[in-house]
Amino acid sequence: MSTTLLFTIISLSALGAISAIILYFVAQKFKVYEDPRIDLVTEALPVANCGGCGYPGCRGMAEAMVKADDISTFYCPVGGNEVMATVAKILGKEAIVKDPLVAVVRCSGSFSKRPRLNEYDGAATCIISSSLYSGETGCQYGCLGLGDCVAVCKFDAIYMDFETGLPVVIDKNCTACGACVKACPNKIIELRKKHKKDLKIYVSCVNKDKGGIARKACEVACIGCGKCVKICPYEAITLENNLAYIDPNKCKLCRKCVEVCPTSAILEINFPPRKEKESNAENIETSKTSEKENE
Amino acid sequence: MLKTFAKGGVHPAECKYSEDNAIENLPLPKTVSIPISQHIGAPAKAIVAKGDKVKVGDKIAESSGFVSANIHSSVSGTVVKIDDILDSTGYKRPCIVIDVEGDEWNETIDRSTELKKEFKLTDKEIIAKINQSGIVGLGGATFPSHVKLSIPDGKKINVLIINGVECEPYLTSDHRLMVEKAEEMLVGIQILMKALSVNRALIGIENNKPDAIAHLTNLVKNYPGIEVHALKVQYPQGGEKQLIKALIHREVPSGGLPLDVGAVVHNVGTAFAVYEAVQKNKPLFERVVTVTGQLVSKPSNLLVRIGTPITNLIEAAGGLPEDTGKIINGGPMMGKAINSLEVPVTKGTSGILIMSDGESRRKKEATCIRCAKCVSVCPQGLEPYLLIKQVQLEKNDNLEQSGVMDCIECGSCSFTCPAGLPLLDYIRLGKSRVSKIIRSRKQ
Repeated sequence: MSTTLLFTIISLSALGAISAIILYFVAQKFKVYEDPRIDLVTEALPVANCGGCGYPGCRGMAEAMVKADDISTFYCPVGGNEVMATVAKILGKEAIVKDPLVAVVRCSGSFSKRPRLNEYDGAATCIISSSLYSGETGCQYGCLGLGDCVAVCKFDAIYMDFETGLPVVIDKNCTACGACVKACPNKIIELRKKHKKDLKIYVSCVNKDKGGIARKACEVACIGCGKCVKICPYEAITLENNLAYIDPNKCKLCRKCVEVCPTSAILEINFPPRKEKESNAENIETSKTSEKENE
Repeated sequence: MLKTFAKGGVHPAECKYSEDNAIENLPLPKTVSIPISQHIGAPAKAIVAKGDKVKVGDKIAESSGFVSANIHSSVSGTVVKIDDILDSTGYKRPCIVIDVEGDEWNETIDRSTELKKEFKLTDKEIIAKINQSGIVGLGGATFPSHVKLSIPDGKKINVLIINGVECEPYLTSDHRLMVEKAEEMLVGIQILMKALSVNRALIGIENNKPDAIAHLTNLVKNYPGIEVHALKVQYPQGGEKQLIKALIHREVPSGGLPLDVGAVVHNVGTAFAVYEAVQKNKPLFERVVTVTGQLVSKPSNLLVRIGTPITNLIEAAGGLPEDTGKIINGGPMMGKAINSLEVPVTKGTSGILIMSDGESRRKKEATCIRCAKCVSVCPQGLEPYLLIKQVQLEKNDNLEQSGVMDCIECGSCSFTCPAGLPLLDYIRLGKSRVSKIIRSRKQ
């Protein structure tokens, strides 16, 4: 009995030792050289593998960056400037510096503001719905509310508000990887410059219909009246195809456009409540200027 | 044994409620909105402006390319506006809106009802006439007919196939046309035969229309070269490729056209429109539309001017039933739900189907268990369960290799899926993605 056991142990150990030696030599012979910096750069990246940079995962981007002579075309939106600086240090190259961005949902057509005219019963994704028809409401540009943007977000930064039927971005989680922007068939979501304290002013509408039609479909639609364009002191607002657009790089957050918008299509977010007196004074002023213009 | 196609197919309940009701004229509407894109290909270019007076049959939009079609006014009156209006595609598209004043026809149109058998035009002249008259495939695909008749050099056509299958449940517009306008249709077929220089034409009719088969079999004795064939009832036999397989046992190659196997397929409605265009000089501005459904009090076949709002048709068929859940433009298998009653009738509108709320609800989606029912019913031999996975994962190269572009969008897979998966919706999305890739590759 004991001899059998001994014999087994010895033969198996011998087999193991021989295999190990073979494996060692084979591994040496067929070794593939890999730049050690790839691993270093991958470690420095957030390893979220979101694809926001345009490469298949963080390692893909790391490999491409190590190979490239100039890394100014690369940018990791998740890691931001800090990570890019670390990477640049490892590689001894220079990285670009970008303003941080945040995703913004440009539609306010909630259930109460934008009446549903029909009921969609098909496959529950926006992309299919948009390939079939113009949507449940009279607005063919706005949010379809089926949550393709929520499904693609890897950072839990966007959720569907079931009371309004619209997606909501959680600013602190949003890394501006742009996955939701790509997923939205109606191109409602936009990456906009992140201002201090997450302050935001934007036209929350993408409806290009003429004023009357847009207004009929949705209470808070941009009707293209152009009042905001006139009042903006920084020429940050442009009007195209019956739709106003605020350039986030020119906007100085003065909030004058918000006050004049007749349909409240321009939203101000995270601002402290206005002081009553001031706003009154401003209102009077604006009404005066508009009177003058009328004359 | 009756002929049919080889692969797949389903047999949904036929529900042909309106098959015995003769075609009636629908009274003129107050306004019509005529979309400038009612066909496959480039949209036509409007040649009228606001305030212009038009007569019935006047050209109001001009074809803007080879694969495009002219559009004619279906009423007489004043052009009110050219604006984006919700049409049966589900999107807002440019339409020419005309206020109806009287019913004054263009003088060149022969309004008599007598049958005119003789024609002297040459094949080129016939094709030019069809092109001028804005005729498109009236079976539902609305492919411009003159394109199908212009055979490229090197191809040889030896048979014309006339599609009187009407395999879609509920619809009866082609059926009624075959019963009531058979002689006109046969002359139309002769004209098409002349245009293609073929001496054989086969009319395929499904066996659930015995009156049409008997009537036409009786009449074709006087028309040499035309044969009538009864076919087994099987959806989607009305598909070009399926009908060719059923009638002449030829298989259209993947990515090919019927003319690759020496055949051209036209619908019976198209044959009738060709007769009217060539013999009566009447462009395509009206068509037969079936208004039907289980709840509809008076299922009808109506002769409707293009551009009439659908609500007028529903009124004529006894009004909108209370429990309406869905209104479909076309048949239940391939038709598309519409989202407004003001949607105008277009050249491709073969039927308006009204479904109750219960009937129209989709099954709750469950998980695919690879039962392969979709594979066994696919008439094109595709694997729908696999295709939708590839669409969901955006594997566009694999999709193309799997033959997604061969899908004829018949909907047999979605119809049969026990898990209620929206197979066709995804496949259609995949087709649009792949065709975009193919187009960009060509450029």
